[in-house]
Amino acid sequence: MSSQVKGTQVFNDAKRAGTVFSDEAMQTVQKIIKRYPEGKHKSALLPVLHVAQAEFGGWLSPETMDYVASILKIQPIEVYEVASFYSMYNLKPVGKCLLEVCRTSSCWVRGAEDIVNYLEKKLGVKEGETTPDGMFTIKTVECLGSCGTAPMLQCGASFHENLTFEKVDTIIEQYRSQGKQRSYTDLDYKNTL
Amino acid sequence: MAKKLLLQHVNVPGIETLEVYRQHGGYASVEKALKTMAPNDVVEEVKKSGLRGRGGAGFPTGMKWSFLAKPEGVARYLVCNADESEPGTFKDRYLMEKTPHSLIEGMITSSFALGARTSYIYIRGEYFYVSRILEKAIEEAYAAGYLGENILGSGFSHDCYVQVGGGAYICGEETALLESLEGKRGNPRIKPPFPAIAGLYGCPTVVNNVETIAAVCPIINMGGDEYAKIGIGRSTGTKLISASGHINKPGVYEIELGLPVEEFIYSEEYCGGIINGRQLKAVVPGGSSVPVLPAHLILKTDKGEPRLMSYESLSDGGFATGSMLGSGGFIVYDETTSIVKNLYTFARFYHHESCGQCSPCREGTGWMEKILHRIVEGHGKPSDIDLLWDVQRKIEGNTICPLGDAAAWPVAAAIRHFRAEFEEYINHPERIKDVKHYYSVHQLAEA
Ligand SMILES: Cc1cc2nc3c(=O)[nH]c(=O)nc-3n(C[C@H](O)[C@H](O)[C@H](O)COP(=O)(O)O)c2cc1C
Ligand code: SF4
Ligand code: FES
Repeated sequence: MSSQVKGTQVFNDAKRAGTVFSDEAMQTVQKIIKRYPEGKHKSALLPVLHVAQAEFGGWLSPETMDYVASILKIQPIEVYEVASFYSMYNLKPVGKCLLEVCRTSSCWVRGAEDIVNYLEKKLGVKEGETTPDGMFTIKTVECLGSCGTAPMLQCGASFHENLTFEKVDTIIEQYRSQGKQRSYTDLDYKNTL
Repeated sequence: MAKKLLLQHVNVPGIETLEVYRQHGGYASVEKALKTMAPNDVVEEVKKSGLRGRGGAGFPTGMKWSFLAKPEGVARYLVCNADESEPGTFKDRYLMEKTPHSLIEGMITSSFALGARTSYIYIRGEYFYVSRILEKAIEEAYAAGYLGENILGSGFSHDCYVQVGGGAYICGEETALLESLEGKRGNPRIKPPFPAIAGLYGCPTVVNNVETIAAVCPIINMGGDEYAKIGIGRSTGTKLISASGHINKPGVYEIELGLPVEEFIYSEEYCGGIINGRQLKAVVPGGSSVPVLPAHLILKTDKGEPRLMSYESLSDGGFATGSMLGSGGFIVYDETTSIVKNLYTFARFYHHESCGQCSPCREGTGWMEKILHRIVEGHGKPSDIDLLWDVQRKIEGNTICPLGDAAAWPVAAAIRHFRAEFEEYINHPERIKDVKHYYSVHQLAEA
């Protein structure tokens, strides 16, 4: 069985066979499924996709989605139609640190465009692109609920607010030296409010 | 000092823990309701309070609760709308992060009133870290016996769970939210049936905003009649306002409804005036979906009366000269701001967030973004203003959910009040070239 998802992603049977949650992730998934009434386990799909994205390299490959479908006992298409609807699921590989810069009104009037330009110059890649070392991807997004602390960017679970160029330097330096993948499910978020 | 009911303890160290929260009167409404009241009494108090939904539409909460169908043997649900994605709005995040227990307390008291055995807090995925804070609070509440079986010996049992979304503004619309909670795409449902009849899993469901549910606690503690004395006219109680943009002190403020807009913008207690003492140009008072108002119409109504922060006063004059309180996302623009470019950021937002089910919304939002983009880039045509007007008019009222209206209204209002600015962009693209129409990061640092 081999299917083609979104043109560029080719389904790989061997990769699918190797796609298995760690025990810890599996426990989280089982805990999530228990939140819903009997037979309503499809409700777990969005939270489980977050766990899967964090577990399997920061994006949802066709194999990962197929695996999630098998766990929730639903069709792969049900996973794919959801994953492609919501903006937080990456259907293509991204850098270890996805820098999501808000550019909606409140951030825009306080310099979001300057932050994007600064990041592009600093990292040498454009919005939507990943640095050659696979460390950073720049993405522009819509309002993240930090309008009072604009401009801002999100990376994984962390909100970085009241940005200045100096702050951006510090953030990039920190993430680069840590060198690890950042996910929405991370526990070491910064409480920045 | 202004009346504070929701945020009076936010700055108390440790208020996010159950212990400190209880030392400051926390969970009193659960004790009072479950031990001394019948579920219907709780609904009655909320009705008397005059509380109106804080999510944007302002529908009376007590009335909404009384519509909930109660067929025998069918589960009922309370779902908290913590999707908060309306640009300019960040009050729910602040409340949940600072005092998570005030939401959990409200969930329990409200669920008791509605007879809901299970409730869900649907929070936008980007607030993942806030979901951890809520989960910790829920764990504490279970340990203290406020959640679980037979709470406080009342015979009422309740479970509360947090559900994270996947990033989609449309999931703030209550039926899209329910679809999403069922593990599907966030496509709004055709109504009727309304959630009160057939909501989550087809069962009767009430969906309420975070702030609405948190407000139930003070209402039960002080009584609906007392709560109704706060505020002005049919705008009872206090409201959280998310203030952002070109003001000296952006942030979340709890105001008593009826506060003059001018005082809110200029007093040190609230926004602290405009950055660098510049002139006020315009305000979007209730989140991106509501009409923008120029300075003279936000400070005073068309009749020359002071404009107040209330549902009625902000909508005084209809859309011709008024706006809406909406979600309380108060965005302030100073004289340097380009209304046209700002509108483009909104148009891009709505196009991005349209779920695509109805063609007027899907196609119309795309057109509006495209036309505004070419105007902003200096390639606008004289006929573009009328074209924009025409497109927004054809969306409004012709869609399954109100996102279409929400996309149309800001465009209509910007043209209505700032038509000359559009003409400037179109007729003199050379003048707007290379001009920045906002404060840069460094200008802000100097301010
Ligand atoms: C496009 C759209 C987005 C919405 N977003 C939110 C939201 O983020 N939070 C919210 O509480 N209500 C939102 N609403 C309103 C909800 O549909 C619903 O009216 C509200 O949750 C009811 O709660 P309330 O009566 O307590 O205000 C939105 C509505 C629409 C049409
Ligand atoms: S109005 Fe827009 S967002 Fe709402 S259902 Fe129609 S297409 Fe979807
Ligand atoms: S506009 Fe950027 S966080 Fe709201």
